[in-house]
Amino acid sequence: MSATVMTSGNVPGAAKNHAAAEALGRRRHRTNRIVKVLCVTATGLGLVFLASILFTLLIRGLGGLSPTVFTTSTLPPGSHGGLLNAIVGSLMQTVLGTAIGTPIGLMVGTYLSEYAAGSKLGDAVRFVSDVLLSAPSILVGLFVYALLVAPFGGFSGIAGCIALAVIVIPIVVRTTEDMLRLLPVALREATVALGAPKWRMIVSICYPAAKDGIVTGILLAVARVAGETAPLLFTSLGNLNWSVSLAKPMASLPVTIYQYAGSAFEDWVQLAWVGALLITFGVLAINIVARFVLRGGK
Amino acid sequence: MSHATTKRPSNLGDTIFEGLARFSGLFVLVLLGGIIVVLFIGGLPAFKQFGLSFLTSDNWDPVQEDYGALVPVFGTLVTAVLALLMAVPLAFGIAFWLTELAPAWLRRPVGTAIELLAAVPSIIYGMWGFFVIVPIMAEYVQPFIIDNLGELPLVGAFFQGPPFGTGIFTAAMILAVMIIPFIAATMRDVFDTVPPVFKESAYGLGCTTWEVMRSIVIPYTRISVVGGIMLGLGRALGETMAVTFVIGNTNRIAHTIFGPGNTIASIVALEFPESESGSLKLSSLLALGFILFVISFIVLAISRMLLKPGAKA
Repeated sequence: MSATVMTSGNVPGAAKNHAAAEALGRRRHRTNRIVKVLCVTATGLGLVFLASILFTLLIRGLGGLSPTVFTTSTLPPGSHGGLLNAIVGSLMQTVLGTAIGTPIGLMVGTYLSEYAAGSKLGDAVRFVSDVLLSAPSILVGLFVYALLVAPFGGFSGIAGCIALAVIVIPIVVRTTEDMLRLLPVALREATVALGAPKWRMIVSICYPAAKDGIVTGILLAVARVAGETAPLLFTSLGNLNWSVSLAKPMASLPVTIYQYAGSAFEDWVQLAWVGALLITFGVLAINIVARFVLRGGK
Repeated sequence: MSHATTKRPSNLGDTIFEGLARFSGLFVLVLLGGIIVVLFIGGLPAFKQFGLSFLTSDNWDPVQEDYGALVPVFGTLVTAVLALLMAVPLAFGIAFWLTELAPAWLRRPVGTAIELLAAVPSIIYGMWGFFVIVPIMAEYVQPFIIDNLGELPLVGAFFQGPPFGTGIFTAAMILAVMIIPFIAATMRDVFDTVPPVFKESAYGLGCTTWEVMRSIVIPYTRISVVGGIMLGLGRALGETMAVTFVIGNTNRIAHTIFGPGNTIASIVALEFPESESGSLKLSSLLALGFILFVISFIVLAISRMLLKPGAKA
């Protein structure tokens, strides 16, 4: 970087001002260092946020973790209740919601990748699906409330499942389409050349070949809806008693956490933290497994 | 079964399968249309009752049955924009670090950790915000800002008021943490699309890393970067649970950024349990939902258009 060794007299063009050049160089590199430090700080902050959330959950939640959490339903304050009904309700609604939403999402993704190339309808479907992917989940809850809960007299577990299914669909659509598009054309051509109809090609060749990616999408959808609170407030409502009936209001972990975290009873707040710990680590574990599945496929 | 007349394989299967696929595609369109129509019809009694004054009234009075959307709409926009102001620089720094600065072995774990921030459920952010961030805000951050910025001429008034800990500023901060991973992931992905030869040419001319970022990468990706920011904005507009925990839930337009307020999503979540089916209040909440849908649809639509693969600078 030392410009002084150069003999500027022989260089054609305007004479070089060494002092100014050096000052400029120093300033440029100083700016670069400052920006680098700021970037490292930003990344560090992001990691601190994540660590703080996980640490808080562990500190506040682990203390209340006991077998009764998994064996007892929610009880009035002071009587050592658990979260059994909320855990079972969450599992049921998440599994059913995913089971309803996945086939639809799969078919939409298939349509976009295999049938809709260049069509106006396909572009519209893709656009709308992407908008739904980021649309506020509380509106999905209001929609299902106005469509299914209000006219048919009452909150129900099945309404919750349907609200979650609406959230599942665009997630599965996105991954399915992306994964099917990655498949080589030669694979399709080889199948069709053997005389297979197009649907056989998609079902017997494309789906298995894109399996890892599609499974990742479904896992991500499960992780997303397992933690959803807002849509369930208006559909399955929550239930402080044991109930597995889909026709009645149904408890879920996020809604129970919401009800308990804001309460004035210490043991309820404690249970809310336990629930928060369970749901967060469950969701993060599914996310990590999903990534692992995808990477294993590459 | 003579082989003389080999029958053409029936294409019934294809017809059914394609029909199913097309039907599912149409179903998604109907779903979006359905959400708009259902929210609009649900809100119709409120729109009829209050007309345009629904948008300009700052009243929310269940006793007099007089409802207006001004305060929640204001709160929604202000928290989302404040959140963007905080999130964009951080997200940019993270994306820059992940694409240009990080040692190769750190990229994947740190990138995954940032993405996991997006997977944490909204309600967890609410509890974390209420029990961890709010006390820190009340104890240290807000008094510090009030003492140092509150006396400034003109803008000082925005930084005054009692440091409750909850309020618009805290809500925006939690929202910022929630949208950072979305913006950072989009920025990282589009930064990676810059052809290496462009960057190498700039490095070859003696540019520093920051100069390559500023003069090559950002100009090349600026449309997609704005698309990613809009995506974050769309997310911030509709966040419910996290905001409900920390915003203070007051139907009043605050005059400082530390004042309490509400957003469309938070007022809907809080007031819904106290609204009877068929009441004007419920209709007003559905009308608020319709307004939120229109706002986020516009923002997300712009984001999609900017992020479309063809939309390069």
